[in-house]
Amino acid sequence: MKLTLRVWRQPSPQVKGKMANYHLTDVSPDMSFLEMLDVLNEQLILEGEDPVAFDHDCREGICGSCGLMINGIAHGPEQTTTCQLHMRSFSDGDTIDIEPWRSGGFPVVKDLVVDRSAFDRIISAGGFISAPTGTAPDAHASPVPKVDADAAFDAATCIGCGACVAACPNGSAMLFTAAKVTHLGLLPQGQPERDSRVVRMVAQQDAEDFGGCTNIGECSAVCPKGISMETISRLNHDLLGALRANAVPTS
Amino acid sequence: MGLTCAWSYRGSVATVTTQQAGQSAGANPGPKRDPKTGRFGSSVFKKAVMAVTGIIFVLYLIAHMVGNLKAFAGAETFNAYSEFLRDLGEPVVPRLTVLTIIRIVLLVAVAAHIWAAFSLWRQAKRARPIGYVTKKRVQQSYASRTMRWGGVILILFIIWHILDLTLGAVNPAGRDSLPYGRLVEGFQNPIVTVWYLLALLALGFHIRHGVWSATQTLGHSNKRRERALNVFATAFAVVLIGGYMLIPLSVTFGIID
Repeated sequence: MKLTLRVWRQPSPQVKGKMANYHLTDVSPDMSFLEMLDVLNEQLILEGEDPVAFDHDCREGICGSCGLMINGIAHGPEQTTTCQLHMRSFSDGDTIDIEPWRSGGFPVVKDLVVDRSAFDRIISAGGFISAPTGTAPDAHASPVPKVDADAAFDAATCIGCGACVAACPNGSAMLFTAAKVTHLGLLPQGQPERDSRVVRMVAQQDAEDFGGCTNIGECSAVCPKGISMETISRLNHDLLGALRANAVPTS
Repeated sequence: MGLTCAWSYRGSVATVTTQQAGQSAGANPGPKRDPKTGRFGSSVFKKAVMAVTGIIFVLYLIAHMVGNLKAFAGAETFNAYSEFLRDLGEPVVPRLTVLTIIRIVLLVAVAAHIWAAFSLWRQAKRARPIGYVTKKRVQQSYASRTMRWGGVILILFIIWHILDLTLGAVNPAGRDSLPYGRLVEGFQNPIVTVWYLLALLALGFHIRHGVWSATQTLGHSNKRRERALNVFATAFAVVLIGGYMLIPLSVTFGIID
């Protein structure tokens, strides 16, 4: 396959970036998208140019490290992670636009790499449970209804890649936050912090320069794990419940 | 080689992200503002304000549409209905009391709706300081995409509409006319009719997304209901807007005169 790539190049956060054109020949349709970028980088290094920086880790679709805006769609034309996208999803002669996630909460570090530590801070605001240390309790010590266990598990599949933020016209991280709130809020172990968790996590997501949710649904449509909009409804329900219960954290 | 380079680069990013906010040069310095855990600062609270005020508007719009349809019963019934609205609750409370309360509730709701919308719009603008060169739509509806501009059009329309049919200030029938006269004379002008129909279309889209969004915002949507809710929202918007459009179209085609 012959491809034309238009890649966002930005040497550092302070410098203004721009799209740069590259031509690739001999791209195999069996390559993953990231392998195709590896080929580009080899070519750039041989030409003495700076290789394109991009995030990746497991390349198995489970770590959440990779994530690119490909032709205007987060993670590209298939609903999966960028690493699990293959070049057979494109045709010979295509021009592919590659951009980093765009959000106030995700500043560009270099080229296609954005800093997603805002997600870490949303998690540390409330994405945890208080658990006694010591021997692990028996698995059946606290019964969980099957429906809740399933819904919690579905929400827990969120890998925190940030595609929801990238795709959202409001740049909102509500699907990510909602997945975490749902995952912990449905389980008995998550009950003690349930009210304060949702208040704190939403407050943190707002403070990180992510937008508010307007229920458009772009997030769920590009989520590699198919996290449902239902989680956002649960988050809203929990937050309004917490406000009614006056569970406003003091600190 | 390219692979090695990308890996080593990633190594340095990993160090940056695991450090505390604000320590590493060039990386995310952490949130620009302190998290507001208070009641009114939360974006979800603002959304709830929009949802609740939106429900007030929808209830009012249903009553308003039903009232409009009295135009088909003739001038006398229509004008009498207008008087009835002013007399509403009269033996118990003085004339105009109930109507004034309704007007105050609506005004407060409009103010709250606009405040929340404006505040969320500003937040959304901060959330994407640099736009995409290429961005495709995957799932969004026309209705959801046009909520903000649609809202601006609607508020302008509502101001015009009150000046036109309630006060008669911009109506050819003048201020001292009866409601039915204002209705018929106003819609004699095809430009006015088209303007009303366009605004109603904008209202329909606004309601179509608003009904679904409000249910979701108030936490009453789930996977099972999602489809039904969206179908209901569309059907409701079509019926409501259809009911409204009947009146100006009937004047145009001479069914009401």
